[in-house]
Amino acid sequence: MSIHGKAFIAGAYEHPLRTIPNKTVQQVHGEVAAGALADAGLSFSDVDAYFCAGDAPGFGALSMAEYLGLQLTHIDNTETGGSSYLLHVQHAAEAIAAGHCHVALITLAGLPRSSGTGIGGAGRFGSAPEVPFENFFGLSIVAGYAMAARRHMYEFGTTSAQLAEIKVAAASHAQHNPNAFLQNMVTVEEVLQSKMVADPLHMLDCCVVTDGGGALVVVSPEVARKLSRQSVPILGTGFAVKHVNNGRIDLTHTGAVVSGPRAFAEAGLAPSDIRYASIYDSFTITVLTTLEDLGFCEKGKGGEFVSNGGLQAPFGKLPFNTDGGGLCNNHPSNRGGITKVIEAVRQLRNEAHPAVQVPNCQFALAHGTGGNLATRMGSATLILGQEV
Amino acid sequence: MSFLPLADVEMNNETQPFWDALRNNTLLLPRCTSCTSVVWYPRAHCPVCFSTELKWEEMSGRGTVYSYSIVAKGNGRWKESGPYVVAYVELAEGPRILTNIVGVAPSEVHINMPVTAVFDTGDDARVLLRFTSVSTS
Repeated sequence: MSIHGKAFIAGAYEHPLRTIPNKTVQQVHGEVAAGALADAGLSFSDVDAYFCAGDAPGFGALSMAEYLGLQLTHIDNTETGGSSYLLHVQHAAEAIAAGHCHVALITLAGLPRSSGTGIGGAGRFGSAPEVPFENFFGLSIVAGYAMAARRHMYEFGTTSAQLAEIKVAAASHAQHNPNAFLQNMVTVEEVLQSKMVADPLHMLDCCVVTDGGGALVVVSPEVARKLSRQSVPILGTGFAVKHVNNGRIDLTHTGAVVSGPRAFAEAGLAPSDIRYASIYDSFTITVLTTLEDLGFCEKGKGGEFVSNGGLQAPFGKLPFNTDGGGLCNNHPSNRGGITKVIEAVRQLRNEAHPAVQVPNCQFALAHGTGGNLATRMGSATLILGQEV
Repeated sequence: MSFLPLADVEMNNETQPFWDALRNNTLLLPRCTSCTSVVWYPRAHCPVCFSTELKWEEMSGRGTVYSYSIVAKGNGRWKESGPYVVAYVELAEGPRILTNIVGVAPSEVHINMPVTAVFDTGDDARVLLRFTSVSTS
């Protein structure tokens, strides 16, 4: 069974704030849920399916269903880190296609900035079997991605200046986003001169730490037809788990090698059909390897692809993350997945900022990478279209 | 050997022989008696062929650096330890394992550098498996 065209994103909402003191995590979940439902022209009482991941407090979807007051026929707590919410879209489409629900609500929220936890507060993974063999070597999250970057440089000659081009493109988009956490333009030189965090990754190779959240509403074709708001058909989905594989890990590929082709096959499209791409950007290296693995360029040629404004909207080879992405705009709860989908929806609705709106944006791709390039990741690809 | 923090590792019956061996300056890993894979990380079954017939076997402790990062400043108990080197070392027997490179200036570390195991012991007899350059060992 394919989900192609059997479900639509009818509502999308990104919390406007990047620092949210004096609110609870569940409260922010509630605010973004209300925002996405209002965007769709629906209400809480229309929701019959709810999706959340590890950022939701307590018993996940059970706790949140009660807190929000939802009456549900379907729930899903799938947790793959920052890519969870793209996988939730896939699962929502599957559940709708199977007739289990009609209006699926997906929420993400977190307060790492106000709570001072920063990144890497992963205490609940303490009992995972890999922990004694990985977590006692000072392996910060950045260091893992830095090892992936180092290996990419060794195998393909990728340079720090090429990685910096990705940040420059994100900053050139974020300057048009009044809600972006960082709105200043930066140069390649400024990226290279920023503090080295974990060699070869600098401070400006890293995403921002922000409070906030986002929500999506996925609906059946019958519901979508009744709504006045333009909705976005889900054309293709792909998911892959890539793990350490008995110690035979390679650091230069992501799970996008598998999830991308699956999504393109289901959509009946090729990378050359994509006009806009939201690419998970926890770090600049995440973008570079993912672009290669999704087939936008040959493996190892990502450095060339992103250079000379290749990712800059509206006229680059592949405009990416036109909201400023996780590198500049928002990485709520240290998870960039839902904002990737939200900006793709804006582009397809022709509602991105005019300075970065891609003309005739018929097909868009959103990709999430949850976990760590240096260990295990859940890779999720969505291909979205325009309502006809 | 190094001045990096040691681990408060939670041990269990499934992996106890690995930790016991480290205390005796030995790297012991399970080898699958069915498909001959060396298993990393240690566990009760082979993730390649799913056999539960594994045998603990002593490894050479030799390897090469597959990739690495020089961390300027760590988190938590690693806050004051920087700069230090986090690396994947590819063991001669196959697995690539997460570790630190110690006893050598971080700027000297490079991909493919030959390394050998060091058994880093703390006051409380905890031991971590780290590696150092063959030439400095």
